[in-house]
Amino acid sequence: MREFAQLYQRLDETTKTNDKVLAMRDYFSQASGSDAAYALYFLLGNKLKPSLPTRIIRRAARLGAEVPEWLFEETYQWVGDLAETAAAMVKGRSHGGQESLPDTLPDTLPDTLPDTLPETLSETIAERLLPLLRSASGTQRSTRKSSLSSDRRLEIDEALASTLVELWSRYDLLERFVFNKLLTGNLRVGVSAKLVTKALSQWCGVPSEELSHRMMGEWEPSETFFKQLVAPEYSGSSPAKPYPFCLAHPLPQGYSEENSVVDFLAEWKWDGIRAQLVRRAGRTYLWSRGEELLEGRFPEIELAAEGLPDGLVLDGEVLGYRDGVPLAFTLLQRRIQRRKPGVKLLGEVPVVFIAFDVLEHEGKDLRQEAYEQRRRLLESLDWGVACVGQALRISEVFSFSDWGSLFQKRDTAREHGSEGLMLKHRQGRYDVGRVTGTWWKSKVTPYTVDAVLVYAQRGHGRRAGMFSDYTFALWEEDRLVPFAKAYSGLSDQEIVRVDRWIKENTQKKFGPVHEVLAHLVMELAFENLQESSRHKSGIAVRFPRIVRWREDKQARDADRLEDIRRMLKGKGESG
Amino acid sequence: MFRDLLECTPRGLYCPAGDFYVDPWAHVDHAILTHAHADHARSGSKRYLSAKSSESLLRVRLGQSIDLQTVAYGESLRIKDARVSLHPAGHILGSSQVRIEVAGRVALITGDYKLQSDLTCDAWEPVRCDLMVSESTFGLPVFRWPETRLVVQEMIGWWEENQRQGRTSLLLAYSVGKAQRVLAEIFRVCGVEVASKVAVHGAMLGPNRAYVSAGVALPELPSAASLGGQHDWSQSLVIGPPSSQSTPWMDRFSDPSIAMASGWMAIRGTRRRRNVERGFVLSDHVDWPDLLTAIGQCRPERVWVTHGFSEVVSRYLTESGIAAEVLQTRFAGEESEPTVVEKSEEAS
Ligand SMILES: [Zn+2]
Repeated sequence: MREFAQLYQRLDETTKTNDKVLAMRDYFSQASGSDAAYALYFLLGNKLKPSLPTRIIRRAARLGAEVPEWLFEETYQWVGDLAETAAAMVKGRSHGGQESLPDTLPDTLPDTLPDTLPETLSETIAERLLPLLRSASGTQRSTRKSSLSSDRRLEIDEALASTLVELWSRYDLLERFVFNKLLTGNLRVGVSAKLVTKALSQWCGVPSEELSHRMMGEWEPSETFFKQLVAPEYSGSSPAKPYPFCLAHPLPQGYSEENSVVDFLAEWKWDGIRAQLVRRAGRTYLWSRGEELLEGRFPEIELAAEGLPDGLVLDGEVLGYRDGVPLAFTLLQRRIQRRKPGVKLLGEVPVVFIAFDVLEHEGKDLRQEAYEQRRRLLESLDWGVACVGQALRISEVFSFSDWGSLFQKRDTAREHGSEGLMLKHRQGRYDVGRVTGTWWKSKVTPYTVDAVLVYAQRGHGRRAGMFSDYTFALWEEDRLVPFAKAYSGLSDQEIVRVDRWIKENTQKKFGPVHEVLAHLVMELAFENLQESSRHKSGIAVRFPRIVRWREDKQARDADRLEDIRRMLKGKGESG
Repeated sequence: MFRDLLECTPRGLYCPAGDFYVDPWAHVDHAILTHAHADHARSGSKRYLSAKSSESLLRVRLGQSIDLQTVAYGESLRIKDARVSLHPAGHILGSSQVRIEVAGRVALITGDYKLQSDLTCDAWEPVRCDLMVSESTFGLPVFRWPETRLVVQEMIGWWEENQRQGRTSLLLAYSVGKAQRVLAEIFRVCGVEVASKVAVHGAMLGPNRAYVSAGVALPELPSAASLGGQHDWSQSLVIGPPSSQSTPWMDRFSDPSIAMASGWMAIRGTRRRRNVERGFVLSDHVDWPDLLTAIGQCRPERVWVTHGFSEVVSRYLTESGIAAEVLQTRFAGEESEPTVVEKSEEAS
């Protein structure tokens, strides 16, 4: 626990990427496999489930600090962070800890310093955190079933709170803070998956790309998993794993000046769910880009895929599709939300998987081959008795001799139910995590980006009282840089949902402005953009508005500031 | 109830029976100063009274020519109908609490104070009183200071790590009080031999000399500016005032690691707003538990709360059975704005 807390501190103290990588590498090199597994799990933004209801943390803090409720709330308002407020208020072990200070005087330590205090991160989680979380969620569930009287619930809350106070007393301030962050499921350390992977790779010698593949999908933070992950030869057994997704970046507008269009193949950019279809060990696994297994959600695709050969991984898009026409994303959303769709919904919103790339064939990883080769293979695949043409399709590709005709084609995208073109370099490998110019997306104007909601404020007029004024940010390195405010575009129902989410996920308040967890991604459109020294992002956008809420995307999938800067470069030129 | 003893006027706290002010913010005839910080000691008044050990600092701050009378701690003076004595406040060198007795009733004005140990000034003493005027700069329960010894050890560890990496250790600390306290602590642990690797900002030369002339043991330290362009800063510890951050003065150092020593560093948000790599929680004010301890030991029947989280502290005291109210000062409204407090405490 101590080492992990110190890692948190080191990451928190520096803004330098190299220092962060070094801090993580140092941690991995000294941690046991089971500790490293948990550390990795948290660094990647995963949380323990369920988190502890904040009312219990509040109660414990009041109990431990012996302060009345109003004083706790007043203090919390000022500090702006629940985990920190609680950690700082209560008494605990002396700051700095025992180990680092051999000359610590006995009277500075609580006289009940236990000999059984779990020292390591994994023990702390297994022996302290999880039991606490489990009993709390047990209460939660029974309360919902209303089999529990409110007196009884209060009693249990009280017991949980005193356990927490007892635990806090054994940790120093930093440990308490990190411990609370784990309890609330709110440990944001400000490092990207890319950086974490880099640090891990530097320590264990397995290349980053290989590591991110091994980490795809769901995994348990166990010693076994971690040892397999960092072993030179992968012995992991999950046949389900997809590959890290290759991402397209917005086409920089001056790009056409300096590059030849004949090097590219183009296809429609669909407005669906990016997914990989994995066929291994006689089974089908459909993965979303958010590394979520879409099992059962799209039975027609899974059924059609049964005819596909083993050892095959396809990259493509799940799309609502009826009578030869793609359906609007909002219709597809009805399918996303339904884990087991009924017959009626299946009829109303049928879906297809449009394959546009093949990443593995006969068990062989093809990602290093040229796109052109992979494409040729895709088109010559033996689809068996698969219902090609129904739930499985292959995307259509176009080639152009000049950029002008490409842009002309792009501008007809709407007629085809598409939002623009994807451009893929014929010689491009299936790359991950870099802007290499192998995949570009070129959307029909206006400009659009996927941005992360970072601040919210209550609106006025019709939406008074609801959080309806949003500030959005884009990534720069590992930071989110605010770049646009948008007020309109969501439906009233969506605003209600977003409003509720904001209330539950406010991290900090600056007067009326709520800083929220970086989690919600929305697609923004705007008319124009220009350089601006007045904006932190260096860019001012005109008439930004929300096109839609991208519930299929995670914060880390949002666009980067450099993407928008690239749009700026060469603005006004054709395309 | 305390009419002859103390009242709050537009010029500051005033004792009618003795016809003098305590830390007035306007020019007056007779001012008693609790300590030399800029928001307590202002120039322009005719006559001043302070603790003997405050003299050297006050003359550095307000000029050599001020009309200043000094008294030893505990020495009792009659000023008109009031009996006045000064008692150590433990805040910085020469800081006092002012005890005023009129017709058997006692008021105590704490000025800024702390209960933690400090090598550079006399320790705070409890004074029994009927009315206590207490500061509340850190009057929220999240402020609980770690032991000074541990913070200093952390600070030295930071300096050592920077030396290994060839980075200058630049520590931001208020020029009057905090800087000298930090230096004294470091030399106590590391020995004065390390003084050759320590430099200060020019603004600290005067206060440092004032401390030495008042009998505080500090080695002679050069200003960073006096060390010239060729100086090797890779092993250095440099103390600068918070206001020196991001000024050209900083350009001379090699890849400095910037840290700050302040009570505000206890909160992550204020630390981040300050934009420093490290925050050391070291304050010259009382934290929450010490504030309550001090009030408990002075046993006032009424508390006037000022400078800081006055509303919160006075409500808490009232609910705990101690009559308390907020003293409206010129600095009202600074509760939620630590930077204001920082500035007001900073040497000008
Ligand atoms: Zn002061």
